[in-house]
Amino acid sequence: MMCDDAGLLLHAYLDDELDAADSAAMARHLHECAACKARYETYAIMQKALSEPSLYRRAPEALKARWTTPAPAPAATVTPLPVRRRTPMAFATAAGFVAAMLISAPAWMHWLPSRGTDNAIVAQAISGHVRSLQGEHLMDVISTDQHTVKPWFEGKLDFSPRVKDLAGEGFPLVGGRLDALDGHSVAALVYKRRLHVINLFQWPSEGAPAPLAVAQEHGYTVIRWTGDGMHYVAISDVNEGDLKQFVLAFQNEANPLR
Amino acid sequence: MTEPNARSPRTDDAARSARFEAQVVPYLDAAYNLAHWLSHNTADAQDVVQEAMLRALRYFDSFHGGDARVWLLAIVRNTFYTLRSRDPQDSLHDELDDRLHPLVDDGPSPETLTLLAVDVSALQAALERLPAPLREMIVLRELEECSYKEIAGITGQKIGTVMSRLARARERLREELTHRPREARRHDVR
Repeated sequence: MMCDDAGLLLHAYLDDELDAADSAAMARHLHECAACKARYETYAIMQKALSEPSLYRRAPEALKARWTTPAPAPAATVTPLPVRRRTPMAFATAAGFVAAMLISAPAWMHWLPSRGTDNAIVAQAISGHVRSLQGEHLMDVISTDQHTVKPWFEGKLDFSPRVKDLAGEGFPLVGGRLDALDGHSVAALVYKRRLHVINLFQWPSEGAPAPLAVAQEHGYTVIRWTGDGMHYVAISDVNEGDLKQFVLAFQNEANPLR
Repeated sequence: MTEPNARSPRTDDAARSARFEAQVVPYLDAAYNLAHWLSHNTADAQDVVQEAMLRALRYFDSFHGGDARVWLLAIVRNTFYTLRSRDPQDSLHDELDDRLHPLVDDGPSPETLTLLAVDVSALQAALERLPAPLREMIVLRELEECSYKEIAGITGQKIGTVMSRLARARERLREELTHRPREARRHDVR
C-alpha cells in the first residue's frame, strides 16, 4: 500500500469501516511506515479528544418538556415554558399513559416476554440494562482490571465467567455485578463505549453454539450468541454497528491486526 | 424529505403520538446536538429542533421502521438548511472547494500532539470554525458516533463521499488546531 492510499483509508481504518482485506493491508502499512503511523496516532488522539462529554450539546430541559408527556402525579407542578409553536393537540392526548409507561419502564418491559423465550430474554436483558443504569446498581465491583473483576465473581456464581478488557478496542471494562436473567444467576460485565454503557450478560449453556442474533427494542440493541459453553447477551444504546464491533472484539480478543 | 402524508385524520392519534414519543423523542438530544453545532447558538438550535420535531411528527406515518435516529437527524439537517434558506450544496461550493484545499497531509509535529491532547475549548473553537459541511461530518461521526452508512443516510451522500469528506474534515480540524504554530514555523501556502 502506498502512503497516498493510506492517507484516505487511514480515517476509515480509524473508524473501523474497512473490510478485512483493507484493514489488514492498512495494519501492515502502519507497521512499516512511521510517517503514516504518526499521522494515524494524531487522528486517534483527536478522535479521543472529541469524545469529551462537554462537547456534546444536550437538549435543554424546556425543549424536552415540550416533547415528553409530563408524569401524571406531579403534573400540577409542571410549568409549561414559553412555547413558541403550538404542540399538536393529538400529541397532548397521549398524556399520562405514555409517561407512566416510560417512568415505569423496567416494570412494564416484563409484559413483553409473551412472544416467546427469545423475546423474553431480550426483554429481560433490556430490563436488566435499564435497572443497572438507575442509581448505584451499575457495578458491584469497580475495576478496569480483568484480573480483579474475574476473581470477584468467584464463590458468587457456580461458573467462572470470561472476563476481558477490551480497552484496546475502544471498549474499556469498568466493572461487573451479579444479575439474574431467564431464571439464572448471571455475570454482568460492564463496559463503556465513550459515554455509553454496555452490559454483557453471560451464563452457562448446555446447547450447541449459536450464531449472533440481533434485536432492536426501545432504542436498545441486543445481541445474543452462544459459544464456548456460554450464553452471551450484549445490550447497549450504542448503535448496532458499535455493538457488533464490541461482540466481535469480545469473541476474538487475539485479533492479530490490533 | 418524504412527502406529506395525505391520510385522513386518524382515530388512533393517541397511539400514534405514543409511538412517536417512544421511537423518536428519545433522540431529542441527538437532534439538538446536531442542530446546535450547525447553527452555533442556543436559540437557533431550539428553533431548528422544534421545527424538525413538528415535521417529524407530520411525516411520522411515512416512517416505516428503520433507524429513527438517522431518520430524525436527516430531518434536522434539512430543517436547518431550509430555515437558513441555504442550499447545502451551494454553500458547499463556497466553503469547500477541493481544488482550493487539496488533500495535503503533512506529518504531525510534536506540537500537534500536545495541542490536541489538552485544550477542549480550543477544540471547540476549531470545530466551530470549520465550514458547516465539514463540521457536520465531525459532529455526526465523533459526537454522535454514527457509522459511515448512517451518515450517508442522514446527509444523502454516497459512502465514498462521506469517507473523503470526513477525511478532509479531520485534516481541516487538525490544521485549525495547529494553525498558529504552523504559520509561525514556516510560511507554507494553505
